[in-house]
Amino acid sequence: MSRAAQVSGSIRRRLIGQLVLGSAVLAAVLVLLVINLARNVAQDTQDSILMASVTSILDTMTVRDGEISVDLPYAALSMLGNVSEDRVFYRILADGQLLTGYDDLPDPGAPGREGGYVTAPYAETEIRMATAERRLSVGGTPIMVTVSVAQTRQGLMQTLAQVSRVGGAVGVGFFVLAALLAVLTTQSGLRPLRDLAGAVSRRGPKDLRPVKGPVPQEMAPLVTSLNSFIDRLRYSLSRSEDFIAEAAHRVRTPLFTVRTQAEIALRRVERPENRAAIKEMIRALDESSRAAGQLLDHAMVTFRTDHLEKEKVRLDELAEELVDRLRPVADLRDIGLSTQSAGNPVVQGDAVLIENALRNVLDNAIKYSATDSDVAMRIGQQGGQSFIEVRDHAGGFPEGALHRMTERFARGDNAGGTVGSGLGLTIAREVLEAHGGRLTLENKGDGACVTLWFPAS
Amino acid sequence: MRHAVVPGLVIAFWTLFASALHAYEIEGELRVGDAAADTHLRIISTTDIDLFEPLLAAFVAANPEIAIDYVVASSAEVMKAVQSGDRFDLALSSAMDLQTKLSNDGYTQPYSSAATDLVPDWGNWRDHLFAFSQETVTLVISPAAFEGLEIPQTRQDLIRLLRDHEDRFRGRIGTYDISQSGAGYLFATQDARASESYWRLSEVMGNLGTRFFCCTSEMIEKVATGEIAMAYNVLGSYAAARTDLAYGIRIVELQDYTIMMLRTAAILRDAPNPEAAGLFIDHLIRAAWGAGERDYYPFPRFPAPEGAVSATRRPIRLGPGLLVYLDGLKRRAFLSEWRDAMRW
Repeated sequence: MSRAAQVSGSIRRRLIGQLVLGSAVLAAVLVLLVINLARNVAQDTQDSILMASVTSILDTMTVRDGEISVDLPYAALSMLGNVSEDRVFYRILADGQLLTGYDDLPDPGAPGREGGYVTAPYAETEIRMATAERRLSVGGTPIMVTVSVAQTRQGLMQTLAQVSRVGGAVGVGFFVLAALLAVLTTQSGLRPLRDLAGAVSRRGPKDLRPVKGPVPQEMAPLVTSLNSFIDRLRYSLSRSEDFIAEAAHRVRTPLFTVRTQAEIALRRVERPENRAAIKEMIRALDESSRAAGQLLDHAMVTFRTDHLEKEKVRLDELAEELVDRLRPVADLRDIGLSTQSAGNPVVQGDAVLIENALRNVLDNAIKYSATDSDVAMRIGQQGGQSFIEVRDHAGGFPEGALHRMTERFARGDNAGGTVGSGLGLTIAREVLEAHGGRLTLENKGDGACVTLWFPAS
Repeated sequence: MRHAVVPGLVIAFWTLFASALHAYEIEGELRVGDAAADTHLRIISTTDIDLFEPLLAAFVAANPEIAIDYVVASSAEVMKAVQSGDRFDLALSSAMDLQTKLSNDGYTQPYSSAATDLVPDWGNWRDHLFAFSQETVTLVISPAAFEGLEIPQTRQDLIRLLRDHEDRFRGRIGTYDISQSGAGYLFATQDARASESYWRLSEVMGNLGTRFFCCTSEMIEKVATGEIAMAYNVLGSYAAARTDLAYGIRIVELQDYTIMMLRTAAILRDAPNPEAAGLFIDHLIRAAWGAGERDYYPFPRFPAPEGAVSATRRPIRLGPGLLVYLDGLKRRAFLSEWRDAMRW
């Protein structure tokens, strides 16, 4: 019946994938930014301390007795020890000649007025060196003094490694959180779609009402199209039902005329082979007329279930009335009809429809029963549900065909010469489903047992 | 490669001594443990053999596969020995400045273990230098010479006392000749950093004709005999160890501040047996900082100062600051100022 949709990709997977990918890119950018920022800050910090050290040395340089004097301040080097445990090197030059310190420190380049920084390999590792110059006048001769202070970069690297670790952890945390949010957001974003699918697929087979629940803006076009599709479907369905009903109605009247004429003819005909032919004709006419009647019934049932009007219906009274009406037919074939009622089962429903359903079931039972047998009806309540059970002794439904007996135009293999259209049980089932109940078929003993279940009112 | 990290002056010395059999002078030598042991741990140290032997013996007893060749030299010679390229495993020295310079110039290698975590932060520089003793720098006096006088508790007290009794103390004050003694130079420079009263005290001492000595032991002996009345800036641990002189000396920790010197140990960069050296460092640190006293540990144990700032006992801080007074210009300037003050 329902064909599985052709699936190509998944909005959910695609959304989650794109969001997670986006989070990963964002997290990576964040980590890189943090590490880069930390690198700059750490480098600036080291530079400013180195320059402070250089300046403090330069400030003690004076000319005394025609000689350049340096009083290396204790703090100039000890302050470097306060921030990290790095190795420290320094050099003081006067016009390029070593005054004191480590002579083989790398060339500072041109430090300029503000002082300069270089990173260079030294002492089997890498150092950061700050250098500044000042002009001193010794006996009228200007002499350029150059002070460099350098430090290894181990502390800096340790700080960076630590920042990178923390940054990495933050990045991973951010990513995990963002991915989690992506999944949740996708789930909640797609919920209306799921809800709509659920609402549509939960519907009964006859439910062709438009979708009315509120949907998000983005889904409005879909729902509008769906509703207009449902409208067209309903219109087209009702057109064909109308057509069938009209056709059945138009066929039934001429059929009745032909049957009357055939019966008159039967009385006049003497030859046995002619009588047999006419009898066969009458039987075929009966079958056609009954089929037309059931088609009409079915159209009526369809119409009424679409506009179901509910009122209180007493099942036992309804059954009694029906039995009274059917008794003449049953008596013709010496079939006994009995009803047995327990409790006071009342249901909400359309009495005409329920009667029609029960009549179809009883008709079947009587039709298939042998002469001189019984059809028993039991009315009662079980588990909050009301039921009418109809049992016969006509041999039951063919095994293996129980599940499809209520489909339209399906007839049991044993239908044989019995007049019928195959719509009876379909009508009964549709009526019960319209009332929220169900129809169960089973074989019990030597006959069929059909039960009409109504929901608790 | 080593040239790269040695200042110009030292390079000259280094090339001069490299050809010599021993580029440095030693004061004593001792082998502890089995001569046929797998590993010979070579230690060069400033600590006297008699003081250190029990600790060495305890190490060898615990690690019988290791024998120790223990060489004693002055702090300057320890420095020279390391720079000469003679391959020692460990350098143990009381000269914190020289040890710092060795480490700063790349002669040492880092080490860390569970034991090194016992060392307080201020006793560990870069995981290269580990302090294994805390020794107070004290005033040692002769009780006889101070008879009838109040024992000074601060440097101010001491200055006042010396001014008030110039005759009693003239020519009877001793201190290090800091131009010869590395330890004396370190104490003097740290003193000068700690307080201005050091220079006033120096001038007072200079006025009274202070005598200068090379070593702690000589000063302590002279105090004990009463030849001098007091010795300033003497290692308290050495004085306390001289139980034979206990009758004639008294150790005074000045209350305005008392400098604490830390002996430090470092594994040398070219150590032939770095693993064994690490074991020895652990052994030293456990004895110095671990829980419980070891009878072979020769130095007094002090509770690690919590609030070092307010404490009277101030450990000399390891770090690049110590390099400042090793600078040639700075040293020359300090010595000249000191000589001026001491009238030497």
